[in-house]
Amino acid sequence: MADPRGTDAVSIGLLFPELLGTYGDGGNAVVLTQRLRWRGISADVVEVPAGEPIPESCDIYLMGGGEDGPQTLAVRELQARGVLPRAVDRGAAVLAVCAGYQLLGREFLGPDGSPHAGLGLLDCATTRGPGPRRVGELVVDADAGLGLPALTGYENHAGVTRLGPTAHPLGRVRVGHGNDAGQGTEGVVDGHVVGTYLHGPVLARNPALADLILEWVVGHLDPVDDTEVDALRAERIATARRSHPLSSRGVVRRRA
Amino acid sequence: MMNAGRMALPLRTRLAVLAGRTISEVSRRAGTGEGSAVGGRVTLALDPHALEVLAAGREMALVSGTNGKTTTTRLLAAALGTKGGVTTNSAGANLLSGLVSTLSGSEPSALAAFEVDEGLLPTVVEAARPAVVALLNLSRDQLDRIGEVRLHAESWGRALGSAPDTTVVANIDDPLVAWAARTAKEVIWVGTGQLWRSDAAACPACGGRIVWAGEEDTAWSCTSCDFARPQPDLWLEGEDLVLAHGRRVPIRLQLPGWCNLANATVAAAAATVLGVDPAAAVQGMAGVGTVAGRYAVVDVGGVSVRLLLAKNPAGWAETLKLIRPPPVPVVVGINSRVADGRDPSWLWDVPFEALRGRLVIATGERGRDLAVRLGYGEVEHRFVPDYRDAVRAAGASAIDLAANYTSFQDARAAFGRTGAGPVDG
Repeated sequence: MADPRGTDAVSIGLLFPELLGTYGDGGNAVVLTQRLRWRGISADVVEVPAGEPIPESCDIYLMGGGEDGPQTLAVRELQARGVLPRAVDRGAAVLAVCAGYQLLGREFLGPDGSPHAGLGLLDCATTRGPGPRRVGELVVDADAGLGLPALTGYENHAGVTRLGPTAHPLGRVRVGHGNDAGQGTEGVVDGHVVGTYLHGPVLARNPALADLILEWVVGHLDPVDDTEVDALRAERIATARRSHPLSSRGVVRRRA
Repeated sequence: MMNAGRMALPLRTRLAVLAGRTISEVSRRAGTGEGSAVGGRVTLALDPHALEVLAAGREMALVSGTNGKTTTTRLLAAALGTKGGVTTNSAGANLLSGLVSTLSGSEPSALAAFEVDEGLLPTVVEAARPAVVALLNLSRDQLDRIGEVRLHAESWGRALGSAPDTTVVANIDDPLVAWAARTAKEVIWVGTGQLWRSDAAACPACGGRIVWAGEEDTAWSCTSCDFARPQPDLWLEGEDLVLAHGRRVPIRLQLPGWCNLANATVAAAAATVLGVDPAAAVQGMAGVGTVAGRYAVVDVGGVSVRLLLAKNPAGWAETLKLIRPPPVPVVVGINSRVADGRDPSWLWDVPFEALRGRLVIATGERGRDLAVRLGYGEVEHRFVPDYRDAVRAAGASAIDLAANYTSFQDARAAFGRTGAGPVDG
């Protein structure tokens, strides 16, 4: 098949996989690449370890989850190099998961428990939440404006993320915690920047979100065969709802 | 019956041991299948200091780490067996109850080779005062418990720092292990050539960056502080154990793969602490064929199935290398129970693309997650939920089956085998 973009391959930057790759989120790069290839569009994944220059020209930047120490190393790298704000200004897409999501906000919790300045690309701030870590299946009704089916994934975080007045949530929590702090929301979307707590990896479990991000870059995409993913999605969403019977009727009780 | 050595035990411990062994026997006869653990729990309930008392005066070697505990302990027990009687928790009971029941059923003169759960190691070191502790590796295992990796290294370091009579055998190719061992008074530094690095990118000492000299070069150091790979006292080179003064001992195992050569290297180092020469140690290990069902070949409806276990990305990276080359089909089983870790996102950290060129049957409770992963990896595959059906669907007379921990147990149960062994790779 001819590449609709000619020789211009989509460039995907996977930032600090050794720091922010603890939860399998590097799989998001595999999903994006293959979904482009299956449509005859080539893609290059550039893995950028900490200490290396971050390419200025990627179409999509990906960051995943990691532990507190590596998260602080990652934000130091990003602040020193200044690439991401420029990339966002020129319309590049960013998908950041968990620790990666938190560090895009104005503030997050450093390993010593004190607040640490984030990149400020998203209007949110993360603090240590009450009680145990938020761990388990997460089901989210995506924001109506995004035109996406329910989002499914696995969350695993101690922090809670409060959204500022200009932040649009990725969706509303059906099962699980998401941003928590009593808001009932999950993630943030701002232009082409997406922050989320969904692992799985999120794009493996939610191909429609993968295609939305890709369409920001390459325009309209024809459907591909997602039969197997659909079966997985149905299984995971049913499992999550079974474990939280109240939530399927929309009356989730959550911690304050 | 109590033997002469036991009579020296305090009355409380003697009664606790007797009660535990009685319960074990009842449980075994009732066929509940957990005789040893339940007995150990009874003993500990009656005498919380039972481990300390039973371990007193015993020559003991402990093995801990994320991957390879069971196999290394099995190899170490075989090595020590060249010197005399050995007691070992070969049924894989690596928690306190298992250690206590194994000790209370053994001759006091027997050498002890025990695998210990990573989280319990500090407790056991403090109570049992082992002669040697062998530390294999620390890597991400259960994603919903990931934060524990660094905490384990910290608490290992604290415990070993207050155990001056314990010699530590440490794998220097895992920076977290090298860091945990730095507090110990006596350390044998072992080079295994481990190439799994994804869990050690941040320096455990200062939070800086750990960098390696190259893809295949094991030298590593922190860019911000002076923490670096220690000089090895002995190391694995090809299939030879090499000692610092140049002596080479060829390792000839029945168990396959680099990971088992690395396990044997660590086991040999630990055996030397208990007075076994490396050559004798390695010779003893040559007799080990299967370990708690792993590497066993079983017949499933006329199909010869070799069983392989892998729990986490580091383990899978090694297990994929052991799988027979294409076009031999493979069954891969994935569960996500508590012992496996509830989140199977780690499937995306495993290079399953290595399985291209053959049919892969995805099975287990999270077989659908695996099927999606294989699809994106462009590996020909089918999802077949039942284990016996999965073997049949592979369509060959001899296949490999690789599974994570509880899936491995389920497969063995489906094939009419029991006793899958401990939570370990």
